Amino acid sequence: MTVQEKTPIDPKKRYSAGVLKYAQMGYWDGDYVPKDTDILALFRITPQEGVDPIEAAAAVAGESSTATWTVVWTDLLTACDSYRAKAYKVEPVPGQPGQYFCWVAYDIILFEEGSIVNLAASIIGNVFSFKPLKAARLEDMRFPPAYIKAFKGPPTGIVVERERLEKYGRPLLGATIKPKLGLSGKNYGRVVYEGLTGGLDFTKDDENINSQPFMHWRDRFLYCMEGVMKATADTGEVKGHYLNITAGTMEEMYRRADFAKQLGSVVIMVDLVIGWTAIQSIAEWCRANDMILHMHRAGHGTYTRQKNHGISFRVITKWLRLAGVDHLHTGTAVGKLEGDPMTVQGYYNVCRETKNEVDLPRGIFFEQDWCDIRKVMPVASGGIHAGQMHQLLHLFGDDVVMQFGGGTIGHPMGIQAGAVANRVAMETMVLARNEGRDIMAEGPEILRNAAKWCKPLEAALATWGAVTFDYASTDTSDFVPTASVS
Amino acid sequence: MKITQGAFSFLPELTDAQIAAQVEYALGQGWAVSIEVTDDPHPRNCYWEMWGMPMFGLKDAAGVMTELKAARATRPQSYIRLNAFDSTRGWETIRLSFIVNRPDVEPGFHLDRVEEQGRVQRYAIRRKSA
Repeated sequence: MTVQEKTPIDPKKRYSAGVLKYAQMGYWDGDYVPKDTDILALFRITPQEGVDPIEAAAAVAGESSTATWTVVWTDLLTACDSYRAKAYKVEPVPGQPGQYFCWVAYDIILFEEGSIVNLAASIIGNVFSFKPLKAARLEDMRFPPAYIKAFKGPPTGIVVERERLEKYGRPLLGATIKPKLGLSGKNYGRVVYEGLTGGLDFTKDDENINSQPFMHWRDRFLYCMEGVMKATADTGEVKGHYLNITAGTMEEMYRRADFAKQLGSVVIMVDLVIGWTAIQSIAEWCRANDMILHMHRAGHGTYTRQKNHGISFRVITKWLRLAGVDHLHTGTAVGKLEGDPMTVQGYYNVCRETKNEVDLPRGIFFEQDWCDIRKVMPVASGGIHAGQMHQLLHLFGDDVVMQFGGGTIGHPMGIQAGAVANRVAMETMVLARNEGRDIMAEGPEILRNAAKWCKPLEAALATWGAVTFDYASTDTSDFVPTASVS
Repeated sequence: MKITQGAFSFLPELTDAQIAAQVEYALGQGWAVSIEVTDDPHPRNCYWEMWGMPMFGLKDAAGVMTELKAARATRPQSYIRLNAFDSTRGWETIRLSFIVNRPDVEPGFHLDRVEEQGRVQRYAIRRKSA
C-alpha cells in the first residue's frame, strides 16, 4: 500500500456509498501516537493469503470499534474519528511466517466504566470470526488509570488475606480433593480434615464439584467445615477449604455463598466459566461479606493455549484482576499443564506487581500501572510435587498458593504424611533461601537432608522425585525486536 | 500438641544462629523486626503483646538477639515470635513471622460445638488449660 492509501482520504470520497478498505476508512494511522487515556491492545493476526497485513490490522481495529463492512453516512452524525479504533503499528512475528503483531488504540469513550463484559464484547466481540483473517489472538492490553479506577479489583488481595490468615513469609499450601467425583460428603470431608491437620493451609473443591447425585452441596459444605474446624483446633492455625459455589443461576450461587459464610468459611470458589458478569457480581458479594474469592480458570485452555488464535492468559489475568478475584490459577511451569516458565512468570507479575514494566521475554508488551488496586494471589496447581520445591520457590517466590493434590493424597503413608512432606519441603527451602543459599543449585541436596529427619518427605521423594513433565510449550512469547512493516 | 503457626513450625526448633540468619535476611530486605509474646496462641488472637516497639533502622541482628534473650529470660513459658514488617507502599504489612520460643507443654485447643437447626453446628475453639 502506498502512504496515500493508508491515510484517511478526502472526506467527499470517504462517504460515497460502497465498500472501502478499512485502512481507507480511517482505522489505520501509522503516525498515531497513543494518548495516555487510550486503551491499547496487541493482536497477533494471520491474514488470509493475499490480504495486506496493514489492511488486516485496520480491519481488526474497525471491527472491534465502529466499522461495518460498508460505508454508512450516519457516521457523519457523530464525532466519528474519535470513535474509530486506530491500528498504529504492524510488525511480523519473528519466526512465524504469515503472522503479524498489530497494535490498536481505543479511545476511552468506547467503554463503559466498571464492566469487563463491555470490554470483552468490544475487543473480542466479532473480530475473531472475521473472514479475511485466518486466525487472531489478543496478546496483551494496556489500561489507563482512569479505566483501572473504575473497578474495585480483588475483594481481599494478598496483603489482607495474609493478615486474616496470620500466615507470612512462605507460600501457602493447598490440595485439591481427589478423586474429584464420586466421594460422598462424609468421605470427602475426611480428606479435607486429613490434609489440613497434616499441615496444609487450604484444601479445594475441583472445578466440576457442584451438587451431583453422589454429594449434594449442603452435605459437602457441612462435612468440609467440620474438617476445617477440627484441623484448626488441632494445629492452632487458621485453615480453609475453597467451597465451590458455582451453580446454574446467580440466585443459587448467592444461596451457596451465604451458607458458606454462615458456617464460618474464610473462602469460597467459582469457576471461570460462570462468565464475566457473574464474576463481578460474586466479587461484590465477597467484598460485602469479608470472603476470599478463589478463581479456578476452568475452560481457559480452549482459547488461551494455541498462540495463533484466541486470547492470551495474560489478558484474562488482567481482566480478572480488574473484575476482582483473590486467588487465580496461573500455572506451574514445571507441572502437568501447559506453561512456558517465562510466560507463566509474566502472569504472576500481572497478578502481583504494583506496576508492570515492559518485559518482552515474559510476554508483557505494555507498561501497566495498577493504581494501587489489590494484588491477586497466584495459584500453582497441577502435577507438582515436593521434589520440585526449589524450582517452584525460585520461579514464583513466597506469594503463591502451591497446590499438591495427587502429591498429597497419593502419598504412600497417607494424606497427613503427604501434607507433612510438602510443608517440610517448603519450610526447609524458604529457610535455606533466606539464609542466602543457592536453592536452584543446592535444592535437591537441601531436600535430601530434610528427608533424613522427616520420613514422609523421604517417602515423597522416593515416590515422585524423578517425575517431570518435560514437553515443549505451545505458548511462548515469540518476541525478538525486528523492523516494522512499512 | 505443637502449634504450627509461623513460617518454620514444621522444622526442628531453630538455633540462635539460624534465627539470626533469618533476622539478617529480613534486615537485608529493609524490613523492621519486632518481638511479640503471648500465653494465648488462639488462631484468631492476632494481637500478641509487643515486646517493645518494632526495631527500625537496625544494622545487624545483634540488637534483635539481645532483646530475644531478654524476652526469653522474662517469659520462658510463653510463646514468642519474631515479625518482620515491610513498609513499602502496597505491602505495609508483615512479610515474615516465625515462633522462636514455646512453653514446655503446649496444651492445645478444644473444638466446642453447639448444634443448630438443619445439621448446622456453631463452632468455637477454646484453649485447653495447661
